Amino acid sequence: MTAHTTTPPEIGGIGHSLKRVEDARLIEGQGNFLDDISLPGMLYMALVRSPVAHARINGIDIEAAMAVDGVLAVVTGELMAAHNLAWMPTLSGDTQAVLATDKVRYQGQEVAAVIATDPYIAADGAELVDVDYDVLPAVVTPQQSLDPDTVVIRDEKEGQTDNLAYEWECGDDAATAEAFARADRVVSIQTHYPRSHPAPLETCGIVADVNPVTGQATIYMTSQAPHAHRTLFAMVAGLPEQNIRIISPDIGGGFGNKVPIYPGYVVATAASLVIGKPVKWVETRTGNLISTGFGRDYHMSGELALTDEGRILGLRVDVLSDQGAFYSDAQPSRYRAGLFHVVTGSYDFPAAHITCRGAFTNKAPGGVAYRCSFRITEASYLIERLVQTAAYELGIDPADLRFRNFIQPEQFPYETPTGFVYDSGDYPTALRKALDAVGYEQLREEQAEARAQGRLIGIGIAHFTEAVGAGPAHTYDIAGLKMIDSAELRVHPTGKAILKLGVKTQGQGHETTFAQIVAEQLGIPAYDIKVEHGDTDHTPYGLGTYASRSTPVGGAATAVVARKLADKARHIAAHLLEAAVEDIEMAAGKLHVKGSPDQAVTIQDVALAAYTNLPEGMEYGLEDVTYYNPPNLTFPYGSYIVVVEVDPDTGVWKVERMVALDDCGVRINPMIVEGQIHGGLTEGFAMSSMQWITFDEDGNCIGSNFMDYLVPTAWETPRFELLETVVPSPHHPIGAKGVGESATVGSPAAYVNAVVDALAHLGVRNIDMPVLPDRVWEAIDSAAS
Amino acid sequence: MLPSRFDYVAAHSIEEALAAKAQGDEDTRFLAGGQSLLPMMKLRLAVPSKLIDINRIDGLGGVERRNGHLRIGAAARHADVAASDAAFGAVAAAAPWISDPLVRNLGTLCGSVAHCDPEGDWNSVLLATGADVVARGPGGERSIPIAEFVQDMFANSLASDEMVTEVRVPVPSGRSGGSYVKLERKIGDYATVAVAGHLELGDDGRIAAAGLALTSVAPINLKVAEAEALLVGNQPGPELFAEAAELAAAAADPRDDVRGTARWKRQVVRTFTGRALAAAADQALKG
Ligand SMILES: Cc1cc2nc3c(=O)[nH]c(=O)nc-3n(C[C@H](O)[C@H](O)[C@H](O)COP(=O)(O)OP(=O)(O)OC[C@H]3O[C@@H](n4cnc5c(N)ncnc54)[C@H](O)[C@@H]3O)c2cc1C
Repeated sequence: MTAHTTTPPEIGGIGHSLKRVEDARLIEGQGNFLDDISLPGMLYMALVRSPVAHARINGIDIEAAMAVDGVLAVVTGELMAAHNLAWMPTLSGDTQAVLATDKVRYQGQEVAAVIATDPYIAADGAELVDVDYDVLPAVVTPQQSLDPDTVVIRDEKEGQTDNLAYEWECGDDAATAEAFARADRVVSIQTHYPRSHPAPLETCGIVADVNPVTGQATIYMTSQAPHAHRTLFAMVAGLPEQNIRIISPDIGGGFGNKVPIYPGYVVATAASLVIGKPVKWVETRTGNLISTGFGRDYHMSGELALTDEGRILGLRVDVLSDQGAFYSDAQPSRYRAGLFHVVTGSYDFPAAHITCRGAFTNKAPGGVAYRCSFRITEASYLIERLVQTAAYELGIDPADLRFRNFIQPEQFPYETPTGFVYDSGDYPTALRKALDAVGYEQLREEQAEARAQGRLIGIGIAHFTEAVGAGPAHTYDIAGLKMIDSAELRVHPTGKAILKLGVKTQGQGHETTFAQIVAEQLGIPAYDIKVEHGDTDHTPYGLGTYASRSTPVGGAATAVVARKLADKARHIAAHLLEAAVEDIEMAAGKLHVKGSPDQAVTIQDVALAAYTNLPEGMEYGLEDVTYYNPPNLTFPYGSYIVVVEVDPDTGVWKVERMVALDDCGVRINPMIVEGQIHGGLTEGFAMSSMQWITFDEDGNCIGSNFMDYLVPTAWETPRFELLETVVPSPHHPIGAKGVGESATVGSPAAYVNAVVDALAHLGVRNIDMPVLPDRVWEAIDSAAS
Repeated sequence: MLPSRFDYVAAHSIEEALAAKAQGDEDTRFLAGGQSLLPMMKLRLAVPSKLIDINRIDGLGGVERRNGHLRIGAAARHADVAASDAAFGAVAAAAPWISDPLVRNLGTLCGSVAHCDPEGDWNSVLLATGADVVARGPGGERSIPIAEFVQDMFANSLASDEMVTEVRVPVPSGRSGGSYVKLERKIGDYATVAVAGHLELGDDGRIAAAGLALTSVAPINLKVAEAEALLVGNQPGPELFAEAAELAAAAADPRDDVRGTARWKRQVVRTFTGRALAAAADQALKG
């Protein structure tokens, strides 16, 4: 793919596939992850977790644990309560137990913590903490949870008499009812988007180092949002914010899992505060999988109102979400179901109505936006599954039905019936290009021939639209903190620079991409720009990296701050060249007088002049900071097509082709963009085929280690064929939309649609994810009988 | 994920290993590849008091033909079996299906056999091929038919002072073929269902000996004697194999679990038995 560039490769601005700056140190083992950090006198913490899903705690006997040589303290909920820290607020206005005092409400809940001189001793001590549980019935489905006869899980919560966590609605009920009344056909689907876990390879952890004399708390933490976490620590623990420094080191994957504040962080910090020594806690794999932020777990019913010609008139959706024991969705909007109302997808129709209820269950809390903007994956999945179903019911080709309903290019900016304003797009071109690449029409013929021979081939399409880059201050915040972000740029006298960001990479390549944004604006070579992020004492404030917001918000801030410096550079160049500012043109690191390219200085000359030779009255230096409040979200989209073959005898399916066209606006580093898409397509494949967290009827988590929680490797991941179109975002300074999550959002429906398509002629309309072979075979078998 | 405290000793001869075992308490264990034992220790499901490492004993490895059988030494890795020219039939077919390259490079066939995990692949292969397990104890060596060696889930018939030194798989003299057909959820996963097939053909083209065993669908690796009896004396062919597949499906005793429903697993046993026998017959006829 040849990208559009305006800078030569030596400068490496937008459009150059520069090798990632961060890779050398990571590949050569010179990264610095949380568990690499070791401080003098450091102690180690291990958590005691509940083995049962629901139980009253009668008592906790710590004597045997305390008797272990090397165990210094055993922290219980009672002790935390004495410091008013047994409970903490969640990001969704609920409270969550730090260490259980009254009851445990899910398997894996934190009950006590053991502090010891070595991690093995801490684990030995944790095994000896003896908790007396009175086991209660476990509530494991939201349907069961909302039954009036079910035991109240949150009996400690004032005024809570049932298991309802929230209720929310959106759209226009009356207009939607009217659309359905007019419809020739109503097509519906019920589906469960199963609970999934982001499962970053590095689990969560902290080294809390509170100086007993100065009160300075230096906190190394696996955090996707270090600044927001600093403020939340200040608010919750009452520490003065200037005394808190959060350092988020190299992070081994986040995917939303490292957005929330977890009990382990709080207990370790409190322990360091009380003991006066650094305390390290590194979560076990099982601890991570069974207790920290999961994604999805949405039970959805959707209905489409259609005309016989296949025009969509309206959409009605009802959601029942399984929140687990505490309502702790980590999401940045004021809407209870995040951005779920993007469920109208890529289609132009007038009316939609959405109702959502959340239920408490005896499962781990913490709905996180697992590699997506919050709840967008569920929304995108539902509409793309619904449209596919409608195509079968109406006897219209699934691609054709989409073409008949797409929002047209000239309709942008397009306001959806649920209130989003899509910024830009050309959906028909995208889908057509993907169809041509896969050879759609011919594949349909091959499919028919194969069916005649008893072979099952399926072609699945998903055309998704995402809403990312939270977000405009009028609508998006976390705990009141507006979802703005920042960049600070300092150009040194020798023409090299440092860029400091409020966002924080977890592997996305910020150190490369963001340098390229500056290189594009100023002409300083990208490799001459150091990118710093993750240390709250050394970077400007920001809300962190998730919801694909780094490029839409932090990237915009970077472009804007670089443009501010470009403007100053022009003034300095005018002074050096003795010309008028209006006559200075700037391109690829050179500033010259309009019409006479020889009369030029370089950006490096200007940088030196900024500290040595300035026009009268100008302030010295070449640096600035910008806080960016995006005017709107950005709306990346894509057309994905999957071809599968299903073994009719076993239900095993195999991906034969996966064609993915993405339009994420302007691509800054095309190689990094493609890497992000590969990763997302893999996770989409994972969720559709194997990766889920489930529970038995007693609330035992199945999926507590990598033998049970299946994460695909390169072995089972299909080959991807990538395509692109580029329709820039009109409101983003460089036209970029963000791409980190598109493929996770868009691809699950494509895989599932493909398997269902293989069986559609048998009357099969739905198989819930993960599309396990037994589910496929059972669907074939029951269709046959 | 941190094991509790344990002692460790590296044995340099079989005698030394056996002596250490005799001196140890009941929680003393041999350590071969550690690919079953170490994960259990990290989960604290196994809490051995002492590990006797047998990896440094000379002559304990090797995959070779000897006296009419295939000998697989106690220190031979899954990868050694996969790479060996001496391996044949179902043994050769199964080796690349054991987990992933990391596990294959460390885990041993004999360790897997001793471990008696009904989801382990090797015991099905040994049941189908009629192998023997050779054990050494203070009283000397004895050879135990695999069907007697496998007692129960995670239970073998070794005495507490014995260790496995090798496995012997008889090499058929006539035309023979073997196969291992496995369904796993991803590379590195244990079998959801797997079928080991072994056929020997007589000069008349009829089946002279047959072996069929199933993985992951019963509390132990399951030898399907009814199907074996049906096969022997008959001409190989799709109808015969379909009948054998029905017997295998009936013999299987799978459970509903995260890997799938019991009903479906039985169907996979049916399908895979047919495929395993067809592949074995194909190999026998070509070979
Ligand atoms: C991720 C993963 C995936 C796996 N997938 C599969 C799979 O798909 N199929 C499969 O079959 N296996 C699988 N395994 C298990 C693997 O094959 C092990 O290597 C095998 O089960 C045990 O062999 P080992 O040499 O590692 O034994 P160890 O773990 O060292 O020992 C296992 C047990 O056998 C005992 N033991 C070992 N050697 C002897 C001996 N010579 N005499 C007496 N007792 C002995 C030990 O004391 C211990 O109790 C997997 C393992 C892992 C970690």
